[in-house]
Amino acid sequence: MPRVFKVRKTRRELRDTVTLELDPTEGLPLTFQAGQFNMLYVFGVGEVPISISGNPMEPAPLTHTVRAVGAVSAAISGLKRQEVVGIRGPFGLGWPLEEALGKDVMIIAGGIGMAPLRPAVCQIMAQRERYGRVTLLVGARTPDDLLYSAELQKWRARFDLEVLVTVDSASNGWRGHVGVVTTLIAHARFEPAETVAMVCGPEVMMRFSVAELRRRGVESENIYLSMERNMKCAVGFCGHCQFGPTFVCKDGPVFNHSRIEPFLKVREV
Amino acid sequence: MASSQDATIVNAEHLQELLDVLGAEGFRLVGPRVRDGAIVYDDIRFVTELPVGWTDEQEAGRYQLKKRNDAAFFGYVVGPHSWKKYLFPPQTLLWKAQREGNAVRFVETPTDDAKFAFLGVRSCELHALAVQDKVFMDVDGAYRARRERLFIVAVNCGMAGRTCFCASMKTGPRATSGFDLALTEVLDDSRHYFVVEIGTPRGAEIMKNVPHAKAEASQSAEVERASQRAVSQMGRSMDAGDLKELLYRNYEHPRWDDVASRCLTCANCTLVCPTCFCSTVEDVTDLTGDHAERWRKWDSCFTMDFSHLHGGSIRGSTKARYRQWMTHKLATWWDQFGTSGCVGCGRCITWCPVGIDITAEVAAIRGSEKKDGKRND
Amino acid sequence: MEKETIDSLIAEHPFFKGLSDRYVKLIAGCGSNVRFNAGQYLCREGEEADRFYAIRHGKVGVEVFVPQRGPVTVQTVSEGELVGWSWLFPPYRWQFDARALEIVRATSFDGACLRKKCDEDPAMGYELMKRLAQVISHRLEATRLQLLDVYGPSSSRS
Repeated sequence: MPRVFKVRKTRRELRDTVTLELDPTEGLPLTFQAGQFNMLYVFGVGEVPISISGNPMEPAPLTHTVRAVGAVSAAISGLKRQEVVGIRGPFGLGWPLEEALGKDVMIIAGGIGMAPLRPAVCQIMAQRERYGRVTLLVGARTPDDLLYSAELQKWRARFDLEVLVTVDSASNGWRGHVGVVTTLIAHARFEPAETVAMVCGPEVMMRFSVAELRRRGVESENIYLSMERNMKCAVGFCGHCQFGPTFVCKDGPVFNHSRIEPFLKVREV
Repeated sequence: MASSQDATIVNAEHLQELLDVLGAEGFRLVGPRVRDGAIVYDDIRFVTELPVGWTDEQEAGRYQLKKRNDAAFFGYVVGPHSWKKYLFPPQTLLWKAQREGNAVRFVETPTDDAKFAFLGVRSCELHALAVQDKVFMDVDGAYRARRERLFIVAVNCGMAGRTCFCASMKTGPRATSGFDLALTEVLDDSRHYFVVEIGTPRGAEIMKNVPHAKAEASQSAEVERASQRAVSQMGRSMDAGDLKELLYRNYEHPRWDDVASRCLTCANCTLVCPTCFCSTVEDVTDLTGDHAERWRKWDSCFTMDFSHLHGGSIRGSTKARYRQWMTHKLATWWDQFGTSGCVGCGRCITWCPVGIDITAEVAAIRGSEKKDGKRND
Repeated sequence: MEKETIDSLIAEHPFFKGLSDRYVKLIAGCGSNVRFNAGQYLCREGEEADRFYAIRHGKVGVEVFVPQRGPVTVQTVSEGELVGWSWLFPPYRWQFDARALEIVRATSFDGACLRKKCDEDPAMGYELMKRLAQVISHRLEATRLQLLDVYGPSSSRS
């Protein structure tokens, strides 16, 4: 059953994307791991899975960045302060921040894929000394579609984090990279044998990013992807989110690439 | 595990006492009945309501009831219903919600106190219950409550249908465990009785108030005889050996296109299958907009909606959806739950309007590997 | 610039990796170091493509001029990468504009000079061709992905 959360603040990120900050009306704040998701319910409209995009070390307010792509997500992005939403969760397995300790970290985010990766970046930066080289590659459709651009600039200004940004299609005045995010991998400085990669974005983008990472010598078992499928129950018994033998809701959404590689190759599986 | 050595005999005319005892204990008794030209599961109080003297003739895409030339109570196999509809109902109210201004209150549906007794559960269906237990017991409190209260009177098949293949799936025909009582019907010109094997202390307790006698050796032997008869009539078989590996290495087999040219994605197979468990949720409001309900309903992987993600369905083609169903049932189910999802009941073969036969599809894929002389690794 | 310096710069550049010293010397003979300030064009669409550039530092925008829109950057190329292969095929004309988006240091190679050396030494020509084919292949792969428009409807589109 959902818990009732009230909207504390909303922030328009992009034309179709909104970030909500939420507080529970009762009980303790929801604690979570980077990469997990909640099921968000809008009264009388429906329920959808949305990644948690806040800093796991500061779980209040609960933060969700939502892109309006359907009826429910459009309703969520239309919520105003003081309105309520039902939250079930957190669900799923998150990013391998433990496995990555002591290693170089390569984070590749495409489009709205930046939202589930943001908690990982926040947590890594909060314990920066426990990781090797940290690189963040961000791809978006156009410069106007760069999610969290202000925060990206802040991160980029740090001396201990490399941030490279590219857009598929440039607008006038853009003097940054133009091209798909895979082209940035060639320009990043990292040691493939020592790297754990975390990738999130449209499935095509993830597939090609993985191919490029492997071309560079990053092993399949050191690459992690966040998959997305239709979800209803979020606990592994409605059957909707099946991806081969896995349930994306509870065996994922973050998967080790070597585990799912055979199924990534099969169309419509 | 019950053995026929401790079996008892109940004469046919006393079977009604078993139903009466169960009713007196507060069980809601459900069992096979004839309705709409099929043998379905429904509420039952009297032995006379059973499909006495009926049998079913099944083939791929065909189901027909026929009168028998005797008065057997259980002279048929399985029909379009499975017992899952009582433990995992086709529609369940999960919760209600009330909106008051900006506030919302959720009200959980209390677990009901339904106490079922299933009369006439076949061995394949016992296995199906065990398969669904693995899916639901730890995550669905309502399922668990009903399942724990459930009393099972199994029936050993004395015949097999043309679409049955429990023998090759190792799920029958003889019920070996998972029941409170197991009945084997013995009927010929001179006698009509049931050999009763007791599976649990609860079963023994119930039997105390039903007239019975200790079974003689020749009577107990009927159990095995019935089973042999069923095995010899088994209509189909599945080479289940390394099914998981076989299907995992054949995701791109051309046979999938072949079956896709026949499949209508009508979802019949998922509806009649006793292990299919997929469901969806529906959020509804009343006209005021202040009262909402969430319902859980049966769903099928054959619909376009099932795998819909913004922008389109992951499995848009018939081929992908049929492949999903069959590889889930026979292969990925092993990795998910440690068993096969198929119990060899044959319902999907019987109730497919175009007669697609899961055993034939497997045989075709296996056969092509043998023909090529190599595995499709 | 000393030829030796160009030799070592070529040997360092990923495009020439694995070439024998002899080939490096031959190729260096056609090369010279160049520098562009931010905003300067490396080449213009339609001009004679008598050279190509191995970028050593800085970012270059591959541009198309679109009436009413102005110059549109379709891809960027930076250090370790190559700009230009039209010097290989008739009519030997640049197909795009390329502009330095910041200070760019590159090694420029005379197209006619290299073509002549490749004709004289086909084995060396083959080595160059293999490398060029790979550059074009990667560029095409990336372009196809851009075309896919995977991120969906844009915020900037009304």
